[in-house]
Amino acid sequence: MKPGHGEVLLAEGDPRLRDDEEMLVAEFRRQLDEGMWAAVPTTSPGNGRREALMVKTYRDIPEGAERVIFFPRAAGG
Amino acid sequence: MLLALLVLGLLAAVLTVPIVMRGASAVRVRRSARSRRRAERRELRDPGRERRAEQRARELLRSCVNDEEWSMYRDLGFIRVRGGLGTGGPDGMTPQRRRRRARPGTSEDDAVPNYAYLIYPHKPIVAYVPRTGRLLSEYCVEFPDLADAIAASRLPDSDDVLAKWMALTADERRLISDANMHLPGRQIDPDRVRRDLWRLREWDRLRRGPDAVRSSGP
Repeated sequence: MKPGHGEVLLAEGDPRLRDDEEMLVAEFRRQLDEGMWAAVPTTSPGNGRREALMVKTYRDIPEGAERVIFFPRAAGG
Repeated sequence: MLLALLVLGLLAAVLTVPIVMRGASAVRVRRSARSRRRAERRELRDPGRERRAEQRARELLRSCVNDEEWSMYRDLGFIRVRGGLGTGGPDGMTPQRRRRRARPGTSEDDAVPNYAYLIYPHKPIVAYVPRTGRLLSEYCVEFPDLADAIAASRLPDSDDVLAKWMALTADERRLISDANMHLPGRQIDPDRVRRDLWRLREWDRLRRGPDAVRSSGP
């Protein structure tokens, strides 16, 4: 999510492919270095409710996750 | 003599090449900067840009939140999120006590939570007690663009709601500790929130039927 623009596709690829994964890892790091938060929309296996999972490293991304959403870090308003 | 003149001419030509090249490159840079500025101005003047951004943001929000939450946002303009902190909640109840207080025959998901939040776009998050409708506090939080602070642009409304939703459902404690907490009424008129809670009750009633568990307040 980019202020003034909304949703912007940063990178996409298949993490099972080495080149794609390297590109995804690089973009993930770049976003976090720029001070963004990363979240993965998930569905709770217990009750089927949707929620989000904050991820701090690429390895935290659950297997099979379709997307990671980056958004600006929260600050007191 | 002619040869010397020829050599001098060649030397002068060779010496002027870098200067000409630098000049041409500077012109190219100036042209590119000008066209970039023009594109930015065009973007700023584009009245559809924000609308398109908001449309994309709505689609993204819809694809992430629960169906009920999406309908709530579409119909009422805000989203209710249950408070999930255990002993850190407003009345210090643990999840076990919460489950014990839940009505028989209802899952924890259906039970009235001890406290909940209303997420408005670009307004503080409001915490309240669903059983009584008592307003607890306002949590002022924003998601500023640190990389482009001068532009001072902000997230589209639906992205702001999604960012709050993600941060609350993923790490409620962190978001609440990052936010500035105020008493109700600091930024949002409490009467407006009470009116919204009434709208939410009516919305719940229509959606679930009159026998549904009331989770938005009295």
